[in-house]
Amino acid sequence: MDPYAALIQPFVEFGFMRRALVACLALSLGCGPVGVLLVLRRMSLVGDALSHAVLPGAAIGFMIAGLSLVVMSVGGFLAGLAVAVLSGLVARVTPQREDASFAAFYLISLAFGVLIVSTRGSNVDLMHVLFGTILAVDDASLLLVVSIATLTMMVMAVIGRGLIVECFDPGFLRAVGGPGAILHLAFLVLVVMNLVAGFHALGTLMAVGMMMLPAAAARFWAGQVAPLAATSSAIAFAAGYGGLLLSYHASLPSGPAIILVAGGAYIVSVSAGPRGSLLTRFLPRRHLEA
Amino acid sequence: MGDGVAAMTAVFSLNDVTLGYDRHPAVHHLTGSFLAGSLTAVVGPNGSGKSTLLKGLIGLLSPLDGRLERNGLRQRDIAYLPQQAEIDRSFPISVMETVLLGHWRTIGLFRPVTRALRRQAEEALVAVGLDGFGRRPIVSLSAGQFQRVLFARMLLQDCPVILLDEPFTAIDAKTTADLLAVVTRWYGERRTVIAALHDLDQVRENFPDTLLISREPIAWGSTAEVLRAEHLFQARQMAEAWDDRAEICRRSVV
Ligand SMILES: Nc1ncnc2c1ncn2[C@@H]1O[C@H](COP(=O)(O)OP(=O)(O)O)[C@@H](O)[C@H]1O
Ligand SMILES: [Mg+2]
Repeated sequence: MDPYAALIQPFVEFGFMRRALVACLALSLGCGPVGVLLVLRRMSLVGDALSHAVLPGAAIGFMIAGLSLVVMSVGGFLAGLAVAVLSGLVARVTPQREDASFAAFYLISLAFGVLIVSTRGSNVDLMHVLFGTILAVDDASLLLVVSIATLTMMVMAVIGRGLIVECFDPGFLRAVGGPGAILHLAFLVLVVMNLVAGFHALGTLMAVGMMMLPAAAARFWAGQVAPLAATSSAIAFAAGYGGLLLSYHASLPSGPAIILVAGGAYIVSVSAGPRGSLLTRFLPRRHLEA
Repeated sequence: MGDGVAAMTAVFSLNDVTLGYDRHPAVHHLTGSFLAGSLTAVVGPNGSGKSTLLKGLIGLLSPLDGRLERNGLRQRDIAYLPQQAEIDRSFPISVMETVLLGHWRTIGLFRPVTRALRRQAEEALVAVGLDGFGRRPIVSLSAGQFQRVLFARMLLQDCPVILLDEPFTAIDAKTTADLLAVVTRWYGERRTVIAALHDLDQVRENFPDTLLISREPIAWGSTAEVLRAEHLFQARQMAEAWDDRAEICRRSVV
């Protein structure tokens, strides 16, 4: 197979592949910076928790209106946001630690989700909520994913400085009277929004992979926050492209294929990235003069 | 205190203030005031309530009892260096960016960092002895160098009131001397500086006023007067008592 047929032709030939690629591009632009901030805040697992928390909302939306994109998205968004806000509130006003608080609420939410999904039997459409349908992204879904990515980048540009300070030195932000709680909430809204965008394409179980794997890989390539976010987006898009090709040529489900390619990128980064990878650790270069 | 002093305004006035946690007092019945432009050391053994007092002054902790007045001071007029900052020292941010945060009052969330502001940050770095460190990531700094960065940030904050909680602990003599020079400069600029400290020689040499506490106030006034042997003995005698079954304090009632 020549490179053109392997790498480009599927996208030229099939509209659904092009749509899927555009969806991946939008997802990576939104998820890149959000994931990096989650990692920097030591909240990597919170992304995971929230992605599960989205499930009952999407399932209830499905029960109300069938496979309606808007209703399922709104439901998922509300459920995720409820878990995020309740967990954050409990962590702020009681001595409960944030991670424990998130674990408690997302488990409750997840149990509801599983309950709803299982009472509905083996409904094929509902399986889409769990496993996504990136190869069947329609105009409306594409518009939603692209809008969320655009909104995310705009919000990041506006409150990025605040988010970085809130993460780096929350005590200072409090002391200068900065709106720490509002920034934190805005950030959680962004996380949930991007997970909702992801679940259309990849399913609730895989959505968080597009957010965390590239972000975790990026720290082996870049140092400061902006380059980290750019690297993370680039890795996410590359994983989307590679995953789509993999699923096309090998007839594999697209969601797991994309996340597995991202996982491959993570392992390559840990092994051979230029900053602190295993390679730099075991093949150290000569030290400098000063 | 003399007439000249009486004319000066108080920055913080405390009237029978009790501060603590879960109803247990850590600073018990403190009355007095910190005057504008004064340089005061807060001295006492570990657990005597120095940090608690500073948290009360900045408003992170509300008094359990009594009245604490800030006399028109706004939150952003107070620069505060906590004993254990919640700073993530591994965060990927440069020295320059950290120092620039001192301009928060000017730049806030949205406004751009102008060249003039950046130049001020560079001057602040020179003032704390970190010339040329701007581009270094903060992970790469030693504890002493990082403390210099925090002082540079406070220089930019340009606040009339500065609270320092054990700023020289675990820092070498050279760094301490440099940063003490910054404190003296603030005093010369008529700012109000309150610092929790435990090196008594350092206090005698650099701080005109001292508050000696050991959960209860022991003495408050000029340093030479306060740091007398009998006061220090008294401070050591006070137990670091936390009694789970303590009775309700009656002193504020009578
Ligand atoms: N967050 C807290 N919760 C409960 N008790 C505290 C807390 N912080 C300090 N304390 C108690 O308050 C007392 C005074 O502490 P602190 O103000 O930190 O003393 P210092 O700074 O003089 O060493 C100590 O007995 C300490 O155990
Ligand atoms: Mg202390």
